[in-house]
Amino acid sequence: MATVSINGQTREVTADPSTPLLWVLRDIVGLTGTKFGCGIGQCGACTVHLDGKPVRSCSTPLSAVGTRAVTTIEGLSPDNSHPVQAAWVEAQVPQCGYCQSGQIMSAVALLNAKASPTDAEIDAAMQGNICRCGTYQRIRAAIHNAATMKRATT
Amino acid sequence: MKRFLMQAESAVSRRDFVRVSLVVGGGLLVSVYGCGPKGEEPGDAPADGSLAPNAFVSIDVNGNVRITSKHLEMGQGAYTGLATIIADELDAEWSKVTVEGAGADDKKYGNSTIGGMQGTGGSSAIANSWMQHRQAGATARAMLVAAAAKQWNVPTSELTTEPGEVVHAASKRRAAYGSLVTAAAALPVPKDVPLKDPKAFRYIGKENVTPRVDAKAKSNGTAVFTQDVKLPGMLTAVVSHAPLFGATVKSFDATAAKAVAGVVDVVQIPTGVAVVAQTFWAAKLGRDALTVQWDETKASTLGTAEIMQTFRDAAQKPGIGIRNDGDAEKAIASAAKTVEATYEFPYLAHASMEPLNCVVELKKDSAGIWNGNQFPTFDQKAVAAVFGFKQEQVTMHTVFAGGSFGRRANPQSDYVVEAATIAKAINGTAPVKLVWTREDDTAAGYFRPAMLHRLRGGLDAAGAPVAWWQRVVGQNMGLGTIFDSKDGKDSSAYEGAADHKYEIPNVFFDAAHPAIGVPVQWWRSVGHTHTAFAVEMFIDEMAKAAGKDPLEFRRALLTKDARRLGVLNLAAEKAGWGTPLPAGHARGIAVHQSFGTYVAEVAEVSLVNGAPRVHRVTCAVDCGIVVNPDVVRSQMEGAIAYGLSAALHGKIDIDKGRVVSTNFDRYRVLRVNEMPQVDVHIVPSGEAPSGVGEPGTPPIGPAVANALLALTGKPTRTLPFVA
Repeated sequence: MATVSINGQTREVTADPSTPLLWVLRDIVGLTGTKFGCGIGQCGACTVHLDGKPVRSCSTPLSAVGTRAVTTIEGLSPDNSHPVQAAWVEAQVPQCGYCQSGQIMSAVALLNAKASPTDAEIDAAMQGNICRCGTYQRIRAAIHNAATMKRATT
Repeated sequence: MKRFLMQAESAVSRRDFVRVSLVVGGGLLVSVYGCGPKGEEPGDAPADGSLAPNAFVSIDVNGNVRITSKHLEMGQGAYTGLATIIADELDAEWSKVTVEGAGADDKKYGNSTIGGMQGTGGSSAIANSWMQHRQAGATARAMLVAAAAKQWNVPTSELTTEPGEVVHAASKRRAAYGSLVTAAAALPVPKDVPLKDPKAFRYIGKENVTPRVDAKAKSNGTAVFTQDVKLPGMLTAVVSHAPLFGATVKSFDATAAKAVAGVVDVVQIPTGVAVVAQTFWAAKLGRDALTVQWDETKASTLGTAEIMQTFRDAAQKPGIGIRNDGDAEKAIASAAKTVEATYEFPYLAHASMEPLNCVVELKKDSAGIWNGNQFPTFDQKAVAAVFGFKQEQVTMHTVFAGGSFGRRANPQSDYVVEAATIAKAINGTAPVKLVWTREDDTAAGYFRPAMLHRLRGGLDAAGAPVAWWQRVVGQNMGLGTIFDSKDGKDSSAYEGAADHKYEIPNVFFDAAHPAIGVPVQWWRSVGHTHTAFAVEMFIDEMAKAAGKDPLEFRRALLTKDARRLGVLNLAAEKAGWGTPLPAGHARGIAVHQSFGTYVAEVAEVSLVNGAPRVHRVTCAVDCGIVVNPDVVRSQMEGAIAYGLSAALHGKIDIDKGRVVSTNFDRYRVLRVNEMPQVDVHIVPSGEAPSGVGEPGTPPIGPAVANALLALTGKPTRTLPFVA
């Protein structure tokens, strides 16, 4: 039994400590917004935050989570109101949509660290997130728009 | 792909073959289909008073418009496009429109471009639905208008519609659609309802009025993919697959696997050994603990190096004749200048972000499948065969597919059948979700086939081409499936090449299909993935030999193909063809037609540490009437990224029969830092709409290769460019 803080709620989880956080979230807690893409930390579809920092949940064992707060796509906002989500819809980013939870979590972490990232900074921060539909151009645009929205509201 | 499907359907059902003949004969497609507008098969009469005049649209008492998509949403915007067509003719309020995936039913949801089989592929969703869905929307609107006319006792000719309501201007009365649906549903479904004048379209072809219906759900984690389906009591299965294509289970020891906490069962199935567990992770640990002995006596042990050598050898021998205009050999022998080139293309994985998976619930007399299927009725039949059921005993529940690019249209229904065999092996004791890991997905094959094109060309003294000689070598994609043409030819190996439109007097084309035991399948734009490269790069190689500008060289050879020339000129103009570039940069151009859509692309490329860097792609597209301009742009952007990924990095390596590049660490794909700026320009057109999911992919590889040729003076003839 492990105690984990997920999206502000404390959850008691029964799982082997080696179980990747991804499968704890998906199969045990029932939060399926975080996706399985490669299982080896190469594609970023499973990106969540631990204390605000992006991690690949497929390669993060439950035992490594400890007391750090887990935030998933479901924890960003109840209604797509997070500036990054709003920007994603505005730019019509998603195609198949499978990678987008991970893309959004990486983008949120980037904007938390850098209020106005350049294209090069976006490329550097988002390189770990693969999109096979090729929405990259819109991801860049959406991050710039989200940065503008965030600055306007803070 | 179209050819494959038409053959398949003719083999399956004579009635559907008749449909194909009608389509090929040029009849109005919708007229042969079961659909409310013609009154043949109205939708089920709903008990809640809502209006459902056909299989595609229903409107409830609150005015909510529910559209049923006969096409899979795998990213290309089918849901939004189909809904846009219906909503426009219906004059629906876009904010009240929702879309859900249809079940499996060829009669209701058949695709007229693929022989009446229900299917999403060949960039056909809009093309085959255009008139049918306009009529579906217009019919529903006509019934609402008729209901209002009856209620107000005025002639229908005095009524108009605005989004979500019927209006009688003379008396200033308005009625919301929701208030009319129950009365409208009691009226007969009219036939031959007039369609809107295209000038009156309020959504079709317009900017910013019909955002994607799935954008929000795909930005907050609520969109449901197969991976997310959870049924009560459901177990997860992970399968130990044979390490070689064609190997089978000899024996296995499940003792250690069964000792893993959460593992429920270990069962042998035709494709391997399945570990069934409470969770994915338990199933995966169970598989890790499993020991399987494989019988490899009938397995393919070739590697990609040997396969390509086989192709090189085959390219020296005559193949099956495909085209022979004039006398290419003679013209080459007497040409002032000759050009020769051989282009080699590797196997490619689809590598959709969602690894393949399928949920099956097997009951005594029925079964349910939850999946994103490109061919739902085809998969339904395959599953029914596994269970010994009739097709209608299997219910297909369609959810979003996390990409597919052709893979979820498998000619053997491979992963769907595998899921069914597991459900059968555990006697339906629980619903089962089959989950393939990334490695399972890639190693299962069904790759874009490796191909080789050998070309020879002749130029006269003025530099005009007088001869084109081409031989293609690669596997027959249909072999061993019901899609086999049975005449030894696979047109997908030469579509877009043997029928190229360059005006050259002597053209020879033949094809060879060596039998190789690596499973192959259609991949975004099918044969055009390599034929466009071979043709478009060879044109540049000939232009170079002739000392001519590649754009001018093409223009002189395309005098009769106005739409091709149209996109070529537009892309060149928008890219500033011929204008100065920064030092070390060069442009390349390519133009291709696939699935009825014409696309030209200009790539601006430089070399960074010896590797190509694509800075900008200017794309011009002519897809006939545009339904959703932003979806067209997004598909060009995405198809360019997909094709660029293949051109720069895509390559499946097989060593002694084993697929080596099974995850993204070794099967490299395009990442954001390599994404060029893409500018898309749409040619205004009144032609019937054609598809946009695939046609953006073919031109990008040759556009980049041609830029490299201009930059370095040396041709890049083996893909990928970087690996």
